[in-house]
Amino acid sequence: MNLMNRKNMQLLSGNHAVSWAARLCRPDVAPLYPITPQTPILEKITEFHAEGLMKTELLTPESEHSAMAACISASLTGARVFTATSSQGLLLQHELLHYATGARAAIVMCNVNRTPASPWGFWPDQLDSLSQRDTGWVQFYSESPQESLDSVIMAFAIAESVGVPTMVCHDAFYVSHSMEPVEIPDQAMVDDFLPKFDPARKLDTAVGASFGAPLDQNTWRRSRMDLAESLAAVTDETIRVGEAWGKLTGRSYGPLERYRCDDAEMVIVTMGSMCGTVRDAVDTMRENGKRVGLLKVRQFRPLPASMLRDALAGVPVVMVLDRNYSPGTGGILHQELKAVLSGMADGPKVHGLLAGIGGANVSSETIDRWVRDYQNAEPKPESQWVE
Amino acid sequence: MMETIEYTDRGQFFSGHVACAGCVEALSLRVILNTVGKDAVAVVPPSCTAVICGSYPHSAANIPVFHTTLESGAASASGVKRALVAQGKNDTTVLCLAGDGGTYDIGLQALSSAAERNEDILYVCFDNEGYMNTGGQKSSSTPLSAVTGSTPAGKTTRKKNMVEILAAHRIPYIATASPSDLNDMEAKVKKAKGLRGTKVLIVLIPCLPGWGVADNSAVKVARLAVETGVFPLFEVEGGIDYKMNVTTRSRPVQEYLSTQKRYKHLTAENIATLQADVDDDWQRLVNRCG
Repeated sequence: MNLMNRKNMQLLSGNHAVSWAARLCRPDVAPLYPITPQTPILEKITEFHAEGLMKTELLTPESEHSAMAACISASLTGARVFTATSSQGLLLQHELLHYATGARAAIVMCNVNRTPASPWGFWPDQLDSLSQRDTGWVQFYSESPQESLDSVIMAFAIAESVGVPTMVCHDAFYVSHSMEPVEIPDQAMVDDFLPKFDPARKLDTAVGASFGAPLDQNTWRRSRMDLAESLAAVTDETIRVGEAWGKLTGRSYGPLERYRCDDAEMVIVTMGSMCGTVRDAVDTMRENGKRVGLLKVRQFRPLPASMLRDALAGVPVVMVLDRNYSPGTGGILHQELKAVLSGMADGPKVHGLLAGIGGANVSSETIDRWVRDYQNAEPKPESQWVE
Repeated sequence: MMETIEYTDRGQFFSGHVACAGCVEALSLRVILNTVGKDAVAVVPPSCTAVICGSYPHSAANIPVFHTTLESGAASASGVKRALVAQGKNDTTVLCLAGDGGTYDIGLQALSSAAERNEDILYVCFDNEGYMNTGGQKSSSTPLSAVTGSTPAGKTTRKKNMVEILAAHRIPYIATASPSDLNDMEAKVKKAKGLRGTKVLIVLIPCLPGWGVADNSAVKVARLAVETGVFPLFEVEGGIDYKMNVTTRSRPVQEYLSTQKRYKHLTAENIATLQADVDDDWQRLVNRCG
């Protein structure tokens, strides 16, 4: 079937797919600041806006920091808010990422995963957003332009129902600038799926209530417990929203995806664009009789701990591919997965590979070689540099 | 001598706030919030105002207040305004109530950007010439020679000229105001409220503990700042049209300096330098008013 003949199919980069998603979600306010390789998201949105195709209050402040500050206050004033950034921009926002979660601002942001300086680089690497893992933002990692579009729409549904900010991350260039046929959902369908944002609490002159005043110790603690309770509901919400979206579009999503994991002797666990390469490698290895599968972690925060344990129970060997290096620790997914699997009676042996750090190419042949290298090896506690 | 001022309060700023006794920032807040009225939202970065408004669940302000981060005042106010506009509430006044640290220093970048975009906000800087809320350290608004917690021998550089920086942005309205001239302050808030775009009011706040001023004399010190020309009352429209509200100076600068412990160490030579600076600045302002 020629995909391009289907209704509403367009050849889009991952970034433009995100701009389309933003347009379909009708944000009231969109503060945006340019940064490579996110800029095409901003440019497409400003183009939609200039052509009258997207009605939003567009703010172009002097920094990502002010962009995020405007996102938070606009969200608390009852506006649906979208923004996008990458790398240095996200790191500059760090203080406000914490603030947004504490303020329970239901912002949706796309982060294009790019190497953090120094040294300067513009390459796919997930350390920028993974190092924000303690800010409380819900984090999704997308593998393709279509998934990025779908994820942004679902992110609004999740963020607004749970009351926590949410970021959709996709890898620089491999997803942000790669083009593929993308189905653009009907506006009416998205409107139905995503009712108008109408938070119970907001800055409203008719009410007069204030936000963010200093608290005593016990009330501060209680606000964190409330946050924890909301975050604990995210995984179920991701499942519910992902299934609902699947019914409308034929594309369902969940916190994790198991690909050819049944009877697998080794499961490769990774996130983002690397999943596409692993999928390809798994297909080839399966053809050659090797029992290998892929576990894609789509929702990294909150980490779906029980689901990860269930998904890997009885699997003899796990190989984690981390496209990030946390200096002094190793691969972040490797470390987190070991913590989650700790204490399981039938837990797997876990290898951690620092794979494709700084955007270094990882082919399906390379993955096949790593599988052979690590299938029967004794795992080391530290993540291993590989090429 | 006790002076009585007739003032009809409109109930927008409650008693029970937690300002220091005798603080004229509370007095100024009362006038500003009463003048702006009920259809307003305030954004407050960390500052004395953030403390004065009170801890959760109390608030001294009768309008919604959003407490933001120190460097984000103008950006957060922009976000509130845009969200209100998206909801069709174009006429609601969005205030930013910041200190001089949040305006002259860490918040300058966000303020400059909001001014450049001409965001429809009324930005008020309560200028007590230092980080008084953290115990009194210097900011870029601290004047030459003033002693603070971080300039124990006196500051060696001049106070930043915020009005001229803002005027260069060509925003609709900038004004200075003093708690010694409450009618003037009220008139300026009214005028700013009636204009669209970025409006900035810089209010001089003599800080009782920070400046070493007697509890009952903040208004007097503020008045001396105006009468000596240290803090002239004036307005700038469109970044170009300067207008002085008080056109005469009636006292030497020393009378102002001698009311404050932060200037206690000054020599006659220091005082002469400060007087010469004030003379120069005054003349420059007169020239601008043409």
